[in-house]
Amino acid sequence: MTSAVSFKQVSRHFGSVRAVDAVDLDIAPGEFFAMLGPSGSGKTTCLRLIAGFEQPTAGSISIFGERAEGVPPYRRNVNTVFQDYALFPHLNVLDNVAYGLMVKGVGKAERHKAAEEALSLVRLPGYGARRPGQLSGGQRQRVALARALVNQPKVLLLDEPLGALDLKLRENMQEELKSLQKALGITFVFVTHDQGEALSMADRVAVFNDGRIMQIGTPEDIYQRPKTRFVADFVGSSNVLPPDFVQRYSGQHRWGSLRPESIRVGRATSGEGVAARLVSTNYLGATTRLALDADGLKLHAVVPAGTALPVEGEAVVLTFNREHLHLMDEPA
Amino acid sequence: MSVDATMPRATAPAILPGSGGMRGALSDLFWRRPQLLLLLMLLPPVLWLGIVYIGSLFALLAQSFFSIDEFSGLINRELTLKTYGDLLQAANLDIILRTVTMAALVTLASAVVAFPIAYYAARYARGRWKALFYLGVMLPLWSSYLVKIYAWKLILAKEGILTWLFGKLYLQWLLDAWLSLPVVGGNSLSVSFTGTFIVFVYVWLPFMILPVQAALERVPGNLVEASSDLGASPGQTFRNVLFPLALPGIVAGSIFTFSLTLGDYIIPQIIGTSRLFIGQAVYSQQGTAGNIPLAAAFTVVPIVIMGFYLWGAKRMGAFDAL
Repeated sequence: MTSAVSFKQVSRHFGSVRAVDAVDLDIAPGEFFAMLGPSGSGKTTCLRLIAGFEQPTAGSISIFGERAEGVPPYRRNVNTVFQDYALFPHLNVLDNVAYGLMVKGVGKAERHKAAEEALSLVRLPGYGARRPGQLSGGQRQRVALARALVNQPKVLLLDEPLGALDLKLRENMQEELKSLQKALGITFVFVTHDQGEALSMADRVAVFNDGRIMQIGTPEDIYQRPKTRFVADFVGSSNVLPPDFVQRYSGQHRWGSLRPESIRVGRATSGEGVAARLVSTNYLGATTRLALDADGLKLHAVVPAGTALPVEGEAVVLTFNREHLHLMDEPA
Repeated sequence: MSVDATMPRATAPAILPGSGGMRGALSDLFWRRPQLLLLLMLLPPVLWLGIVYIGSLFALLAQSFFSIDEFSGLINRELTLKTYGDLLQAANLDIILRTVTMAALVTLASAVVAFPIAYYAARYARGRWKALFYLGVMLPLWSSYLVKIYAWKLILAKEGILTWLFGKLYLQWLLDAWLSLPVVGGNSLSVSFTGTFIVFVYVWLPFMILPVQAALERVPGNLVEASSDLGASPGQTFRNVLFPLALPGIVAGSIFTFSLTLGDYIIPQIIGTSRLFIGQAVYSQQGTAGNIPLAAAFTVVPIVIMGFYLWGAKRMGAFDAL
């Protein structure tokens, strides 16, 4: 099957800065694909390469089997939802949404009808006459989405579209985007630096760092079986365990990772386990996050709220199931 | 935690005493009554603009309702519309039409020439190139207006560098053909309306470039990307996004180029034909002819035209994107 988007050894260098460096990537049609990474990791540049705002310095990009290098953005059937929405301030909402159809020469009545439908799809019916400046952040976000979707793109690119929204709104939009993607069957490529967002929404996640992809996999893969220390640390802030430590429990001299929720914290009196000291506790609502110091090794544990907790500074014993200790590919 | 040790000012009072003296009292007063400070700051410029500037302008305009006694040449201070009747004579209407046409053409040409320069400066020039841009645009404004115009007279003269250049390029025929045209032609560029036009465009160009550049500077780059992303070709992006958003700047610039051309009397006197422009008419009426009422009436014309121009621009939505 042809990939919706395929990168073969794609690089984008800005002078000596390797924004994207020899990236291989295949996104399946109809997939919800997330690009996750810290700022400056190259994920947005990858998105811009797909949109056509950037051209690769090396490698080849194809979109549904067609070569895309040198093709300008306006000839790609790909649409983008911009981070700050990029709505046209001089047009009302309806004309903003109808813009793509207008430049394609669709008649006024027809394009306004399609735009109204797209606005209903994002649950903003009847907002057509307003100016973007009169809308809230969440509403602008929906207009930007409608403006892209009305063109029925082959691939929809979303550049941190939820970054500027408050938590509650963001959670709502995550669910809506996900169900919208399922209903429309369009390939979504979603850029985010929020690992929770990437894990909860995407079918597959690519973790970026320093212009390279560190790991591609399902959210479970990425979360449970990180391949490198970077992925373990960035995705859900796993405890990264040094080879010497790992050897004691698994017999193999390799880097390991242990999820904070896999660590049980007991009173110092129960002998078995790793001796540690409780440094601090952070109350997070449903859970409490504990910072621990096991003889110089800094660890984090997450325990459900309501668990009886030791006092800060107290000596504790840490235990965990051996099978939760994940060994990483990265050489020691 | 022992915060106190790191806080030597723990004993400082919560409310500090006033610094005392006249300045302290004034600072406190202005903080409590910001309108007072605003009033003090605005009073001198408002007095200047209101009395010295607008006041004298109205005194001049009032004279347009006086008339001149044709025998004695004395001003008759009775309110009348007779002077406006004189203004509507065919010869005077010619002057008005000629000036307005020239101002419109100069404005249009300035906008066309200024846009690419402003676009480059707003979107591409950074650091040193931006400084060079401002220097390049402003530098002509630092030298004397008269020097520039006489320089142009030499450039455009029959023996000037432009004629020489056309000759070298074997394009003399093109220049001759243009100069043989009615209205725009003449003996040489320096005594034709074409020459007047070129010099007007040159002299007023900075006044168009700067506001257009400021308007384009405020257009976020991702709007251009969004337009392209939605399938608009560069031409469509220009028509549907860049131009409408730059329009307030173009209108602001055109107010300068249009009104400056309407009022100027030096350029058409030095470079151009002997046919008059409004500014020259005002100059000669109030000077040699001593007909202050008619000069005042001529002065009303650009004001009325600019009023209509701004009204039309507003109607067209030129200020909607502000």
